Amino acid sequence: MEEILSVGIDIGTSTTQVVFSRLRMENTAAFFSVPHVSIVDKELVYRGEIHTTPLKTAVLIDGDAVRDIVAAEFRRAGFTPADTDTGAVIITGESARKENAALVLEKLSGFAGEFVVSTAGPDLESVIAGKGSGAFQYSLDNECVTVNLDIGGGTTNIAVFDSGETVGKGCLDIGGRLVRIGPDRRIESVSPPAARVAQAIGLSLRPGDRAAPSALAALTDKMADLLAQALGAAEREPLLRAVQTPESSWLEPPADIRCICFSGGVADCIRETGGDPFRYGDIGPLLGRSIREGALCRAFPVMEAGETIRATVVGAGTYTTALSGSTIAYDAGLFPMKNLPVLKLTEQEEDACFQGRSEPLARRLRWFLEQTDSGRLALSLQGLRDPSYSQLKTLAQVLSGAMDQALPRGAPAVVALERDMAKALGGAMRALLQGRRPVVCIDGVRMENGDYVDLGRPLMEGLVVPVVVKTLLFG
Amino acid sequence: MAERDNIAAIVAEVIAQLQRTGSVALPQGDRPCCGGEGPCGDITAPACRRISLLDHPEDPEALERMRTKTTARIGVGRAGPRLKTQTLLTLRADHAQARDAVFADVDPALPEQLGLFTVQTQCDSKDTYVTRPDLGRRLSEEAVETLRRRCVPNPDVQIYASDGLSSTAIEANLPNILPVLMDGLKGRGLTVGTPFFLRFGRVGAEEQVAEVVGAKVVCVLLGERPGLATAESMSAYIAYNAYVGMPESKRTVVSNIHRDGIAAVEAGAYLTEVICRILEQRASGVDLVK
Repeated sequence: MEEILSVGIDIGTSTTQVVFSRLRMENTAAFFSVPHVSIVDKELVYRGEIHTTPLKTAVLIDGDAVRDIVAAEFRRAGFTPADTDTGAVIITGESARKENAALVLEKLSGFAGEFVVSTAGPDLESVIAGKGSGAFQYSLDNECVTVNLDIGGGTTNIAVFDSGETVGKGCLDIGGRLVRIGPDRRIESVSPPAARVAQAIGLSLRPGDRAAPSALAALTDKMADLLAQALGAAEREPLLRAVQTPESSWLEPPADIRCICFSGGVADCIRETGGDPFRYGDIGPLLGRSIREGALCRAFPVMEAGETIRATVVGAGTYTTALSGSTIAYDAGLFPMKNLPVLKLTEQEEDACFQGRSEPLARRLRWFLEQTDSGRLALSLQGLRDPSYSQLKTLAQVLSGAMDQALPRGAPAVVALERDMAKALGGAMRALLQGRRPVVCIDGVRMENGDYVDLGRPLMEGLVVPVVVKTLLFG
Repeated sequence: MAERDNIAAIVAEVIAQLQRTGSVALPQGDRPCCGGEGPCGDITAPACRRISLLDHPEDPEALERMRTKTTARIGVGRAGPRLKTQTLLTLRADHAQARDAVFADVDPALPEQLGLFTVQTQCDSKDTYVTRPDLGRRLSEEAVETLRRRCVPNPDVQIYASDGLSSTAIEANLPNILPVLMDGLKGRGLTVGTPFFLRFGRVGAEEQVAEVVGAKVVCVLLGERPGLATAESMSAYIAYNAYVGMPESKRTVVSNIHRDGIAAVEAGAYLTEVICRILEQRASGVDLVK
């Protein structure tokens, strides 16, 4: 048994949070079998406070203040950056802008420890929040379809899980802080997505206006209705497209939903009843009430979330790290490898490799390196379930040959397979490359084109490497 | 790759039909499959095995998911207190395959293709082999003489293959595991003895093999007693400084080498590492620190 410490940092539209969790690994294979290491337990060891995300302007976050928050949380948790083995910094919602991302990367690089990564992108956030809230685990345990709606300040991240598989994801610009209300009960600001919804229902909202609960309730009713539309509980209207978060996937209404789960700050507002609707200086409580009384909660049973406002940060801290297969091949001294762009071969391209043609692959590799303006990559393949020796040899020859043609001198040959054949393939490639370039060949991981991957230092006496797959890299 | 597409297409079709009608029309074609309702070409065909025989399952998709997780015969339904005819026939077919795996001989062309010569234990037939385990652990005089003459003496590692209780396992896995293992060991700069095939061999014969050729490490790739799930399972038994009369606890075992366990080529790569560790630690079995 071995443990690693993982840190999760979430910088959202309205809140910034830090959590630490311990991931326990164990070789679960029978004594006479080939080892199989997996993460057997995840324990949240420190739940940080919920801080208001410090802003310099309405959209630009205050990097120094964020750094101070993170530093203070590390101190309170009793950890130093050197203690953390893995984790993720994730910038979500409206904060996920290029300028902010670059700033955070710069300010937090000292805290990031050895292997903390930065992740963003609305689709991935949806999945991370759904794992952190417990919706993912519920769908796995009960073999059913669950939908998680993480309703934060700026966005609602939706993830659909079927029996522990992510089958749908999407994101809408609907959140509790899209309209801000000052202590004088006047509207301070209206985000463009809120303005679009207001315009659609003929509501005039201008900064400086008096915040009228009835008018704003009409706005949040519409927002709640749009969420119901997204899940197929109400008829879809064109406005739904207008509030789709840029760069997020379009979610088709999922079938056979067993239950839905709410996380994010607004989830708590769905549960609370009564109180001053403007107690948080925004429309969160109103949106909560609209959802509680709307079509969504009439259409589907609501499950209790394990985490609400912390779902994303818990997901980032505990669910972003996976382990490779336990029979892999790699040369020492290469780890950690960060931000490798992923090139995934299509089935046709993979077939061509097994047929022994290396020229198309070499062309593809060169094109990819030009596109990503990079000298390195991770080549992702499905592989075969029970390859023959000759198939193995052919694949090793094609991969080594193409990489020799396309990759810069001495750059490592990094191959990631889904099926369990990495140790054999890596060994065969190493024999062919004869030290011209180091080899990293792992399996048990699935990646897509456009992903980036981090490979951490080997664990469990070198049996496995931790793998973090990211869908979007900024900076 | 083609097989993968096929399976995906079949599964998609079966699920679609289940959703439409609640039952599945059985595929017609080169592998006829009757689902127990008529004359059947091959009830052991994967397409036929995939069909659940349980009538009116409460949650067909959940049943399908459970069935993908085990080779056990779950969701097979029943006829009164007994198995359905098709389940019974499939069981008997699988049992017949298991018996065949034990009693069939490894195709003599296979060792030849792999460049292996063949020697024999003191058993002269499968019947003797099955009834006299002691003889399956002793090399024939001729075998001893052949090994002395043809094998490189005193290697770091002596690899050989033996039919054990499943010739099918050897035919399925040996062509893929042996070259990977030989490549791997040579790549590590070890001297590897001349590989051969031992007919009618039990695990314990490896002690005598090690003594005859003077190998530091001996590793036999051996067909395992077949079960009703697979007849293709192979194991590797490895020992450091093996001698006749050695305790069983000195043996390191890597089991479950077959297409649904660990693939043969991957097992070959893993064994390479295990053998290197055994040589480094000069120990095997329970003495080996993992």
